[in-house]
Amino acid sequence: MARRWINRHPGRAERLFLGLLPFLILILVYATGSAMRLEVNPNDKLLPSFASLGNAIARVAFSTDPRTGVVLLWADTAASLERLVLGLVIATALSLVIGVVNGVLPYVRAGLSPMVAIVSMIPPMALLPVLFIVFGLDELSKVVLIVIGIAPFLMRDLEARILEMPGEQLIKAQTLGASSWQIVLRVVLPQMLPRLIDAVRLSLGPAWLFLISAEAIAADVGLGYRIFLVRRYLAMDVILPYVVWITLLALIFDIALKRFNAWVFPWMEAGRRSA
Amino acid sequence: MSHVSVSNVWKEYDGQIVLERVNLEVKPHAFVSIVGPSGCGKSTFLRMLLSQEMPSRGSILVDGAPLPPEPTEERGVVFQRYSVFPHLTVLENVAFGLEVQRSRLVGRLFGARRREVFEACGEIIAAVGLDAARDKYPSQLSGGMQQRLAIAQALIRRPRILLLDEPFGALDPGIRADMHDLMLTLFEETGLTVFMVTHDLKEAFHLGTRLIAFDRYRRRPEEIGAYGATITFDLPLDRSSPREKREAMAEIGHAVAGN
Repeated sequence: MARRWINRHPGRAERLFLGLLPFLILILVYATGSAMRLEVNPNDKLLPSFASLGNAIARVAFSTDPRTGVVLLWADTAASLERLVLGLVIATALSLVIGVVNGVLPYVRAGLSPMVAIVSMIPPMALLPVLFIVFGLDELSKVVLIVIGIAPFLMRDLEARILEMPGEQLIKAQTLGASSWQIVLRVVLPQMLPRLIDAVRLSLGPAWLFLISAEAIAADVGLGYRIFLVRRYLAMDVILPYVVWITLLALIFDIALKRFNAWVFPWMEAGRRSA
Repeated sequence: MSHVSVSNVWKEYDGQIVLERVNLEVKPHAFVSIVGPSGCGKSTFLRMLLSQEMPSRGSILVDGAPLPPEPTEERGVVFQRYSVFPHLTVLENVAFGLEVQRSRLVGRLFGARRREVFEACGEIIAAVGLDAARDKYPSQLSGGMQQRLAIAQALIRRPRILLLDEPFGALDPGIRADMHDLMLTLFEETGLTVFMVTHDLKEAFHLGTRLIAFDRYRRRPEEIGAYGATITFDLPLDRSSPREKREAMAEIGHAVAGN
């Protein structure tokens, strides 16, 4: 008897094929569109051929720029990653402290939680001019934009996760003689770290958004700066590889954080498997 | 081992009276089984013994002193669920109480002192039959094993009173019987005073040296908020013959089921 579709699962090879299929179709559509446009106008810049994409990649990724003397892609990548990682690390550290005290201490929560909730409603991009004015056009304002953009979300998420913890655990810890500080250190923090890292994974998208935006507006190096710079020359042959590269970097971050969680917090994985 | 004295305790939530006129004198080394229909306030009573909640009126004294306003290590607890820490192994869960006692600053021991504490935990872990599972996380244990772990963890600080909130409610009947044997052995060995809330009358009779039932005298809908539940049965079990136990059980079962 034929099974229902909801009960049929693809095998390993099928899954791989099905996963790759949309990408293959996309590439095929692009190649066709590109070939058609180039046939009409060999100087068309909108959908460059794979050959000219390859040339552009070789130019920006494997040869030094004659004007600045650096390899553009790597210089841009280094600058952008420095800003991004700095922003992520600061936002995570800040959120860990504020999220935990908000979640654990009712007095701090009464004071800080409403403020965090309201700050998280401010569109960070609306603050960018303020940041540029206050912190200048250098690195600091870009890092601060990332921090302001994602930290309130991380704080609120962490606070909510702590409040979701079964109350029994906190009671139990008290009946074992643990102080507030010991409970934070040994019960709350270890259980919240993997959740915070999951939340950071979710904020990677916004973090990149804020980074590219800030770089597009004021920078002299960086991935976002580059694509907005070459946009003036309709240099799709540079923009498209840069977008692919940014996506790849974001993907690597995401996978790395996921692996890190599974490696450092094995009890989470054990819980998921048995659930 | 503690003498617990509850005098004229009331508990109200937003003007709704849950418990009223609760009076109880419990001798040291008693095993008090608490039964009653759902919503009769038996868990509320247990939470007050734990200082998780405060009585609205009246007082609870332990060995003549009022209860502290928050949970302390003199009163251990085992809940039906979530009693153990999911991020710690069996051994770490049991050692937790000793670690926070001996390391006030970070609540964690290292090196020789840690090994010493872990060794000290071996005995109770063996007593609850978790020797082979020392390094497993709670999520890798069965429900019965998790509750045994919760009991070992609760006993490590040598509390004088142990509070059990339907500790075996989620377990299979066979495993329940094993847990009962374990509980009775530990009760005899430790000299604890135990309060256990349960839905299972058989369990209440089997384990308890005394049985109390909470219920409401007034049950009409318009009276529910204005009158709380109180102790309606108070039965010493230690000297009852099996037959007396059976008869008492039938009587209380009838009264409790009548709601």
